[in-house]
Amino acid sequence: MKLPIYMDNHATTPVDPRVLDAMMPFFTEKFGNAASRNHQFGWDAEAAVDAARNEIAALIGADPREIVITSGATESDNLAVKGVAAMYREKGNHIITCVTEHKAILDSCKHVEKDGYRVTFLPVSNKGLIDFDDLRRAITDKTILITIMTANNEIGVIQDIKEIGKIARERGVLFHTDAVQAVGKIPFNVNEMNVDLASLSAHKMYGPKGVGALYVRRRNPRVLLTPIIDGGGHERGMRSGTLNVPGIVGFGKAAQIAREELPQESARMMRLRERLRTTLERELDEVYINGDLERRLPGNLNMSFAYVEGESLLMGINDVAVSSGSACTSASLEPSYVLKALGVGEDLAHTSIRFGIGRFNTEEEVDYVSRRVIETVQRLRDLSPLYEMAKEGIDLKKVHWATEQ
Amino acid sequence: MAYSDKVIDHYNNPRNVGALPKEDPAVGTGLVGAPECGDVMKLQIKVNAETEVIEDAKFKTFGCGSAIASSSLATEWVKGKTLAEALTIKNTDIVKELSLPPVKIHCSVLAEDAIRAAIADWKKKQAD
Repeated sequence: MKLPIYMDNHATTPVDPRVLDAMMPFFTEKFGNAASRNHQFGWDAEAAVDAARNEIAALIGADPREIVITSGATESDNLAVKGVAAMYREKGNHIITCVTEHKAILDSCKHVEKDGYRVTFLPVSNKGLIDFDDLRRAITDKTILITIMTANNEIGVIQDIKEIGKIARERGVLFHTDAVQAVGKIPFNVNEMNVDLASLSAHKMYGPKGVGALYVRRRNPRVLLTPIIDGGGHERGMRSGTLNVPGIVGFGKAAQIAREELPQESARMMRLRERLRTTLERELDEVYINGDLERRLPGNLNMSFAYVEGESLLMGINDVAVSSGSACTSASLEPSYVLKALGVGEDLAHTSIRFGIGRFNTEEEVDYVSRRVIETVQRLRDLSPLYEMAKEGIDLKKVHWATEQ
Repeated sequence: MAYSDKVIDHYNNPRNVGALPKEDPAVGTGLVGAPECGDVMKLQIKVNAETEVIEDAKFKTFGCGSAIASSSLATEWVKGKTLAEALTIKNTDIVKELSLPPVKIHCSVLAEDAIRAAIADWKKKQAD
């Protein structure tokens, strides 16, 4: 077993060696511009992009002409929100999203809010799920877009996309989903789920960074977008810029592998996740799972270890790469807004750890990680005045804390 | 974020971890910070009433590595000092000793507060 262990696969995934092999020729020998229409180099690049586009489309049950290649999911999210907002301005000015969305969606929505659009940010339950009645009530005749993520990047909670798609379709509102964490991990089909737009990212599914896609439905209904990047009219005018051929080839290969191996891989991830969860729950008291356990990505475990601050836990398991919802580990110095939206108290948000199990993690690694977490939590609890007070029967919620800091 | 060697040393081998009997008239207890803020320090001192020398100090901290290191260092520094000397310890001294980055300065402030709170608690006990 090699150290350190990478178990932060929601942040990014390593490139699968099979993906890298597929990409290599397109840096050196087959370096052509896919838009060069009159020589072999251009034709080779175009053929490779077409093949990759077929694979990306096949993974989500789409037509290849519905795949717009972007630089990544942040761009896809921006294009979906801003592109729909601009194109459908005359139809309406209202967008519905949810408080636990990725910042690429939340900030794009706030951007269009400044341009005079109205945005409804739906709350979530303590499990992390939206309420369908809330959604139905929020829709007005001015609503042009509903954007709700498929699986959350922090807690791995999977929204009922099929039901949301159904509601959107019934009311004639376009439906976008940020499916970055879900595609390749769980079955995802744009037609079965009535999805009109979907953001995808290669590097979350063992492809390279710097390439993603936006699925844009071509019929029933045909979705139109105002581009946010203007130029040579690539990608049917929706996203100009020379295509990142090696990246797209890698994305295609990653999509093919994901499609072929999804059932076995997803079952294996689930086994490893459950092994980790049950070991931690058996060996430690006062651990809490954040978000719904059933509707969750197979590789995700987000857990709070009460009375142990997240950054100090990460410091103790420094040969294991995971993430924390603690304020100390975030750029904003605020604890996770996703956990906050679930109603997780800030005290517990500070103690949360996100484990992201991926394709290359082994059972041996999971056992090593759980052992390291258990011993570090126990050591830090011996050091924790809160654990001591709780064990003495003091209700920490009733303590008058000096917070003049 | 990279931690200084001294922070890592205090985190791995914290000095003076534990608790002193809270009800003991010779013991002063300082509890500062709040769970919602991600930092709680409990610092206790045992003071000789005759000489006002801090004969023992213990701590427990909920917080990041820098918070643990700041409080561990604080117990090391106050031990053997008189109350008057202990009150001269400034958070900036802790920042310097542990090479804390700007985002971790509040950890040192909390440690200074903990020393002051423990001393205040001891003094209050003597007055009662």
